[in-house]
Amino acid sequence: MLAWTIYISFLGALVVMLLPSGSVRATRILALFTTVAGFVVSLWGFTEQQSGEIVTIVRLPWVPSLGIEYHLAADGISLTLLLLTGIVAISGVLFSWNIEHRAKEFFAFYLALIGGVYGVFLSFDLLLLFVFYEIAIIPKYFLIAIWGSTRREYAAMKLALYSFVGSAMVLIGLIAAYVTAGAKTMDLMHLAQFPFPVHFQMWAFPLVFVGFGILAGLWPFHTWAPTGHVAAPTAASMLLAGVVMKLGAYGCLRVAMTLFPRGLDAWGFHVLGFGSWRDVFALLAVTGIVYGAMVALVQKDFKFVIGYSSVSHMGFVLLGLMTLQQIGLDGAVLQMFSHGVLAGLLFAVVGRMVYDRTHTRDLSELETMHLSKVIPFAAATFVLGGMASIGLPGFSGFVAELQVLIGSWHAFPLFAVVAGLGIVIGIAYTWRAMQKAFFGTSDRIPVSTTPSLPAISVPERIGAIILIISSVVVGLYPQLLLRIIVPALHSPLFDGLWKGRGR
Amino acid sequence: MTTINFLSLLHLVSPEVIVVVAALCVLSVDLMFLRTSETRLRGAIGSTLSLAGCATAVIWILHTPQSANVLDGMLVLNPLAQRMQIALLILSMLTVLIFIESTFTENVSEYLSLLLLATVSMMFLVSTQNLLLIFLSLELLSLSLYILTAFNKRSIRSAESALKYFIFGGISAAFLLFGASLLYGLSSSTNLASIAGSVHGPVLDPLLIVAIVMTLVGLGFKVAAAPFHFWAPDVYQGAPAPSAALIASGSKVAGFFIFYQVMVVGLAGAEGSGVWHGYASGWVPIVAIVASLSMVLGNLVAILQTSVRRLLAYSAIAHAGYMLLGIVSHTDESFRALLYYAITYALTVLGAFGVVAVVEEETGGDTFLDFAGLSRRAPVPSFCMLIFMLSLAGIPPLAGFFGKFYLFSSVLTSTPGTLGLLWLVVLAIALSAVSLYYYLKILKYIYVTKSSEGAAPIRVSALRQAALCLIALGVVLLGCAPNLLLRWL
Repeated sequence: MLAWTIYISFLGALVVMLLPSGSVRATRILALFTTVAGFVVSLWGFTEQQSGEIVTIVRLPWVPSLGIEYHLAADGISLTLLLLTGIVAISGVLFSWNIEHRAKEFFAFYLALIGGVYGVFLSFDLLLLFVFYEIAIIPKYFLIAIWGSTRREYAAMKLALYSFVGSAMVLIGLIAAYVTAGAKTMDLMHLAQFPFPVHFQMWAFPLVFVGFGILAGLWPFHTWAPTGHVAAPTAASMLLAGVVMKLGAYGCLRVAMTLFPRGLDAWGFHVLGFGSWRDVFALLAVTGIVYGAMVALVQKDFKFVIGYSSVSHMGFVLLGLMTLQQIGLDGAVLQMFSHGVLAGLLFAVVGRMVYDRTHTRDLSELETMHLSKVIPFAAATFVLGGMASIGLPGFSGFVAELQVLIGSWHAFPLFAVVAGLGIVIGIAYTWRAMQKAFFGTSDRIPVSTTPSLPAISVPERIGAIILIISSVVVGLYPQLLLRIIVPALHSPLFDGLWKGRGR
Repeated sequence: MTTINFLSLLHLVSPEVIVVVAALCVLSVDLMFLRTSETRLRGAIGSTLSLAGCATAVIWILHTPQSANVLDGMLVLNPLAQRMQIALLILSMLTVLIFIESTFTENVSEYLSLLLLATVSMMFLVSTQNLLLIFLSLELLSLSLYILTAFNKRSIRSAESALKYFIFGGISAAFLLFGASLLYGLSSSTNLASIAGSVHGPVLDPLLIVAIVMTLVGLGFKVAAAPFHFWAPDVYQGAPAPSAALIASGSKVAGFFIFYQVMVVGLAGAEGSGVWHGYASGWVPIVAIVASLSMVLGNLVAILQTSVRRLLAYSAIAHAGYMLLGIVSHTDESFRALLYYAITYALTVLGAFGVVAVVEEETGGDTFLDFAGLSRRAPVPSFCMLIFMLSLAGIPPLAGFFGKFYLFSSVLTSTPGTLGLLWLVVLAIALSAVSLYYYLKILKYIYVTKSSEGAAPIRVSALRQAALCLIALGVVLLGCAPNLLLRWL
């Protein structure tokens, strides 16, 4: 049944493409219907599954001579991210209600991207996962290059090439693993149990981890993210930051860390104080947290602030993964959900509510516009979203980042402190952006002369409310997701990871 | 030597005979009955006859499975050879479909009969293991292709490229012949299997090394591998679109098939090794070097191109490099992977040239600017081009991706226990990431760039659209369900 999330999305893309070109309205409604259907299916799967253990959905031979299967399954982590995809996809459609230019193609690419994302989260055959992972690259390129803004063609190409280089690294690792195991199978469960030689894991792990990490905004390979997010049309930035970056983090956890757990072991020698890949990646994650936050602090463009904040928040996910502590990993998965929802919300405010009305994202220009009076709903939404993303208790960001911090306190005390510093800088840049964009105190121009802007439309309101509610619900009752995430992390798939914990 | 009477020989080569008869029919019907008809009609009738001839040959092969090895390896028929013949016939039929509404020539019947003769030579090429017949069919193929390249008499480019093709082809044929004569001198046989029996030994005969290099030059020219590729960009650019499509597709498949046969069957025992830190002299390291050169040069130079045809030429060089990996690893598995790759690649590039033909007839050029805004002027061909380019770049779930995965994994499997050929696979995958850039660049012009002012929608005939959709469907289907083809190879 959960497999229908994929089929519905691709079918939707196909039907949208075949609609007569005049019917923009029908296209939108169809796209909305498709995403809602996808969400309903994943919600059904979420309520249906109590334990969070791996449940196979479909398992058919695909290329029998090579042992490749069409194997879809779901565990707690997949379900959490499916829910996230459903939520962000629906609000993305709602926030692109004003797309008129080549709307048919826009929604076709949009739905194809969603289909690919659902596919990645459900695949338990590595080749299948890789197939869906790459399917998601191409629509992103077109969404940005055709409907984007600032330097869109450059940003789109950069994003596509970064993603493709990452996936090339993953492909090398996967083929090498497939051949080394020699069992003619690409089944994740099977390969995760295969004892790959340690020296093999030592180069394959960083290769695959970085390959996926590029898409997760791993510093210093994050540079595609801010430019891509800024150039993308609103719905695409929501998906990019909300879901696509999670594909990378998900791949790191699901593929790199389960296939090559020994790659996290100590090297047995020290270089510049680093004793294992785990130290190296934890440092990169922390650097990403602080660097992203500091760069966000000095941006002039409103959207770049959010773009760099994504790098910073994704750093928490990667740091959580590297703790190898139960609580840290829980936090990482929860942070994927939380950041997905919140980044979607913030990009929606900046891209749709503000930029589409004012046609500027320059903070110093926005400062003169008294936006909190002109579009109060946008201001209120941004305040809520901003508070949630800096980790105010009661929102999802708090539970997630707190767990990551606790986990990393056990594993890397120093990094935990630095990451805490990152949170403080996070408060500063969010505050600064909020102040400048909405509560500008320029006395030179009186309120009455600011041009009146179109009111916030109903779809925008609904979309914003959906995202805020999701964040609050998870923030108040994280057990909702944790009840399936925790058992999922204890499935046999992660055995290798836990066994090596003595390191 | 086995003897065989003419009647049974005729029976064995009847598919080829059918195609030759079809070629003669096309010529004679045109000359006798259609002298005064208009070109369109002559094109339609000639194409129908050619298609019918190829289809008959396909049906004949399907109904009479043969297994033979006669006349000292001159004619080797087995299920694989017959299936390759079918694949080549289908590729030729698709080429004819692309040709049908072309307007570059009035001598349609001559064009079609040459195309059919080229098909015959390709069919012989995949069903022989004798140097003599290999050389003969390569020459027949090349001669037909030279003329097909020069066929657009209104274009000076066409003549120029044909001349270049001819000169390069002549020289490399001389190399091949020289290599073959040395092999004959070493083994006093032209049968690949008996050559293999006499060349192997602990130390390679210097003469054998010369023979290997010479043969490689000749075959490398045929598959457009660097550094024997210089003809490719000009020919791809100058030749009429269907000719370029045939050169890029059918001729490539046949070329790789025979490349593999000569190297793996004929030079068995002189392989050497291209494993990292485990180098041993033989033909494998040479092919590995040629493969790496082709991948690097093809992919990097393709970035600079502004003409879609030249870009396809350099991408062909790069793909030749990937496919040579299948020869480097020389296992049965990698042979299957090579054939899968070659056939799907041929199909894809054939479709790409079909779209190029559509655009050229409308705009008169093949630069990126001629493709600008194509998706709004001709949505169906544009979508087909999207599929072809993404497949060439190796994006799943298209055929190009699965081809790459299968080929690369078979290359790694060929050295069990060690990942000795990993360096070639890493190089190939890294460069295929580069290749996405230039394929996306074409798609950027088609989908993103605005078309020039007042550009009207392009009228593409239903037949052309159907042909393109058919090819695109094939590419998608073979990618989603690779088993359809794998089971068959």
